[in-house]
This record gives sequence, C-alpha cells and structure tokens, in this order.
Amino acid sequence: MAEHVLRVSGLRAEVAGREVLTGVDLEVRSGEVHVIMGPNGSGKSTLAHALMGRPGYTITSGSILLDGVELVGAEPAERAQAGLFLALQQPIEVPGVHLKDAMVAAGIPPADVVERLASEAAMVGLRPELLDRPMNVDLSGGEAKRNEIVQLATLRPAIAILDEIDSGLDVDALGAVSRRIEEATREWGLGVLAITHFNRLLDELRADMIHVLVGGRIVETGGPEMASRLEETGYTAFSS
Amino acid sequence: MPLVSTDVLASLGGPSWLVERRAEAAAHLDVLGLPTSRDEVWRYSPIDDLELERYLEPGESGDGIVPPALLAGAGAVIEIRRDGAIGSAVAPAGVTITALSAHPEGANVLNAATSTSDPIVALSMATTPDGVVIDVERGAMVTEPIVIVRHVGSGIASGHTIVRLGEGAIATVLEVHVGGDGEVLSLPVAELFVADGANLSFGSVQLLGRSAWHLATINAIVGRDGAINELTAGLGAHYDRLRADTVLAGQGASSTLRSTYLGDGEQIHDLRTMQDHVAPRTISNLLCKGAVADTSRSVYTGLIRMRHGAVKSSANQSNHNLVLSETAHADSVPNLDISENDVRCSHASTVGPIDEDQRYYLESRGIDRPAAERLLVRGFFADLLERADVGPAGPVISADIERRLAGIEVG
Repeated sequence: MAEHVLRVSGLRAEVAGREVLTGVDLEVRSGEVHVIMGPNGSGKSTLAHALMGRPGYTITSGSILLDGVELVGAEPAERAQAGLFLALQQPIEVPGVHLKDAMVAAGIPPADVVERLASEAAMVGLRPELLDRPMNVDLSGGEAKRNEIVQLATLRPAIAILDEIDSGLDVDALGAVSRRIEEATREWGLGVLAITHFNRLLDELRADMIHVLVGGRIVETGGPEMASRLEETGYTAFSS
Repeated sequence: MPLVSTDVLASLGGPSWLVERRAEAAAHLDVLGLPTSRDEVWRYSPIDDLELERYLEPGESGDGIVPPALLAGAGAVIEIRRDGAIGSAVAPAGVTITALSAHPEGANVLNAATSTSDPIVALSMATTPDGVVIDVERGAMVTEPIVIVRHVGSGIASGHTIVRLGEGAIATVLEVHVGGDGEVLSLPVAELFVADGANLSFGSVQLLGRSAWHLATINAIVGRDGAINELTAGLGAHYDRLRADTVLAGQGASSTLRSTYLGDGEQIHDLRTMQDHVAPRTISNLLCKGAVADTSRSVYTGLIRMRHGAVKSSANQSNHNLVLSETAHADSVPNLDISENDVRCSHASTVGPIDEDQRYYLESRGIDRPAAERLLVRGFFADLLERADVGPAGPVISADIERRLAGIEVG
C-alpha cells in the first residue's frame, strides 16, 4: 500500500475579501483519521473548499502539499487527480448528468462502473435505484451524503476531506458511513480529514487525532481523549 | 405588386378549392404585408432581412439526409418532397393518411386551427403545393409513431400538415425537416386537433442546412380531457423560427410542450409560444431549454393566457438558456395575460453561462474542466430530452446535439 501524506502549512485564505483561514497547519497520512471540530464560523467549510480549490476561495499564503506536490494554484480537477477528494456538506444537483457518466469521466472503466457503484451503495444503505438519477437530483440530505461516500469509495482517493458528513444522517446511516470510511483506511490506506460541528461523529467514527479550529486556525490538537473534554466544555474553553 | 404573383399561383395545381384558398391567402397577405421586427411577435428577429423574391423563383427538389434512428420502429413513414406529393405511405390500423388535395372534406379541413391573419401562415398557404392529412379514428390506439419526413429542396418550401385525433384516440406523429443545403425558405404549418379524451404526442425536429430560413407554425386545439405532448427542436438552418400555439379549449385539457435549440456559428433560433387557457381546469406545462455558442443567438418569448372562465387552471412556463461564448446572446421574455382570478401560474427564465458550482462539483471528482463542461452541456439537454417521450424524436435530437457539441468551443 502506497504511503501518502497531505501536509498543510501556514494556510491563509480569503472569501469575498475577508480572511477566514489565518494560518492552518495539519498533516494527514495514509490510514489516519483526523477530525476537525469547531464552532460555527470558525472556518471549517472554508478549509475544505480552500483545500479543494473552489472558485472564490483565495489562498493568500501557505502551502498544501500532497506527496510533496504543491496544490496551491492547481485546478480542482488536478487536485482530485493528485489524490484528494471532498465530500461536500451540500452536494450540488447536476441535472441531466448521471452518476455513472460522471464516474466514467473521472476515470472509472465503463465496464466496471455500474457494479462498483452498486456494491458501494449497498455498503452504505443507499437504495440502488437512486444511482440512476442525475447527480443529487431529488435526493434527500441523507441520501446525498451517502451518495458522496459511494463516489469516494468508487474513486478511491489517497486523502478524503469530509465536510459535515454527519449532518442530515440518522444514527444508523452515520454508523454505516463511518464503517465504510474506517474500512477504506485499511482497504487502500485512505487518509481522512473529517470536519464537523458535532461530537456525535466521534461516537461513530474512530478518530486518531482531533483538532479544534477556532478563528481560522487550529488552536488545539490531541488524541481521541479530547472528545470527552469537548463534550463537557464545548468550544468556549478554546480561544483563538 | 402582389407579394405572391399570379404566375407563382398559376404554377401550383390541385382542385379548384385549393387554388381558391391559395388566391385568398395571397390576397390576405397583400393586405397584411410581410411582418417586420416592429411587430411584437417578431421583436429581436432578423425578419427585416427577408428577401421574399429570392425564393419565389422555381426551386429544385432534393433529398435531405434522414437520420437512421428516425425510421426504426415507425408505424408509417410519409416522405414529402418539394411538389407536396406524399408518396405511398401505408397507414396503420385506425389511421387514414390523405394528400390534402385529395381529402374528401376539401377546403373544410383547412385552417381550422391556423389563421391566415398571421402573414407567415398566409404566405405558406398561398404557396403550398399540397399537404398531408392524418386522421386517427375515434378510440384508435396507434402505438407506433407516424413519421413525416419533409425534404425541403430549394426555393420556397411550403407545406401543410393536419393531424386530427378522434375522441379517445392515442397517436404519436413526428415531423422531421431535412435538406435545404442551398437557399430555401421553409414554411411548414401544422394544425393539430385533439378531440375529447384523445392523446397526441407530436414532435417537430428541424435539421436543415445552414443557409436555410425556416419559419414554422404549429397550432394545436385540445378538447375536453384531451392531452397534447409536444417536443420540438430547432437544430439546423440559419434562421430557425417556430411559433407554437396551443388552445386548451375543453375542460380538463392539458398540454406539455418541451422545446430545445442549439445555436452555433451565426445561427438565430427564435421560439414563440402561447398556451391559451380557455376552459376550466386546464393545465399547461412548458419547458424550453436552449444553448447558444459562437456568435449565435436565440429569442424566446412565451405567453400564458388565462381567459375569463378558465377557473382552476394552472400553467407553468420555464425557459433556460445556456450561453456558451461571450459573443453569443439569448433573449428570454416570458409573459402572463390573466383574466381570471382562480388560476395558478408560474414562470421562470434564466440566461447564463455554465453553472460554476456544478462545474466545481464535477471537477472535484477529478474531471478536468473541458470534460466537465461537456458533461454539463450534454446534461442540460438530457434533462429535457429524457423527460420527453415522442417516438424516436429524443434520440434523433440527442444524436445531432452530440455530434455538434464535439466541435463547439465553450468559454
């Protein structure tokens, strides 16, 4: 299994002229699960999109290295091709574009795509008929989240960023999704950066490291034991 | 000087009633004059550039290329050439296919849904060599589509298609316009009658050559609890115009119209629709999606009319335009004219480039930008075509769009 490492250092980013990330440092290696927690407005989603290269998210300084290759300035597709994946908090509806066609365009062999999607859908409890819909069209919030994990597992990236994957999922669905992600860490050494607002993700997803993001930077990093401290005190104990 | 000379009229034969109707239409046209872009329904159009006399010289017939997918599974194929002859089509059970000139009802079959007060209909009527009448018996269920292939040739190419469904009948008719590689003014008029409880699917696909002018009219009248499901596509021609009007005349009548166009080069696509709600509890749904590339442009104007008495009716009209280059342009003007309180109407209109969020989403899966954009443009059309079920029209339209998108630059 190849070893991959995502190394983020001193990352500052602006959205609409306002600095949201004020210097983020992080390192995620193959097989590791990192969870970033933080209050509303702390820059969690900005971090996800800045890493993926969404238009409108301007990186003003710092570096994003994946296996030593600089991703700052690269197109989103180049970042994905380098091995990065982002499961969106709000997956975008793409009318008329079917999931299997998008997966083929992303490089999955046409002969395999239907079977791979179907087997991944079964693993996270996504009804198979939903795979035939145009991407995310008329899916519930929970279905769209599962669909993101189906795509993740079909594409097998080196490092996956999961932006609020827990929102909109009930506890059983969150369990199924978490099992699939943990299995991926063993299966092909997926490295995970899960971003969330809620502790309940930590009840389901085994984290190796927990980071607290406040005011656009990571103010505290610790092991899984930090979960209980966050549970008791919330974010107020952590100041930027 | 009459717009259509007596020489032109004399060159067209047929029974005396048809000769008379042409002369009446020509006289009507002279009163009306040709339309100009000052007329509201011709706003934004290049109609002022029409040089009618260029087309009135005797033209030539010639066969266009018929998409193979069109004929697969057809219940009947009617090939119409420039002289209006309809060939020898074998009609499915419950259907009678007649040349207009040979129809037993004579002049009475004509212009019940169209009016020569529209100058283009008058011009078409004055110059039509013949036409085709498709009568579907009451209660007949015609499962296989009836396909009309119009080979326009050159010069003025007028034609008249009349489809009449008896009570409770079900049928699909698809008209495809092909040829026209030279100078041609194509003026097809279709009159569609859907009797009480009948259900007509009607498709019109325009695949003409790039110097053609195509000014089409489709008028439909739908009776009580009847339904019409239309799919139209403007793909070829230099100037492509369709005027599609539907009258929901009987209580509970419904209409679905899906229209699409794709412009590249210097094409102009021009679509005018009217959904006219006359009776109570009538329903209309209209979805029009078009894209313009290069220096092409498009015009959509649509009117929903809710007449006094059309209580508990509902209408929905959406027009979405994808603008694929900075030099392309789309105008979209939805309108409502409501004379009844107890109705529901909605309309939506968008004009813009490829959606940045959708593109980002596909790019984030590792699809590079040009491929993501191609997927999105295809998806834009597929979204409309996958919902339309008018015989092989969807696949024929998709194939033409697909072929052309390969050569279209986005951005």
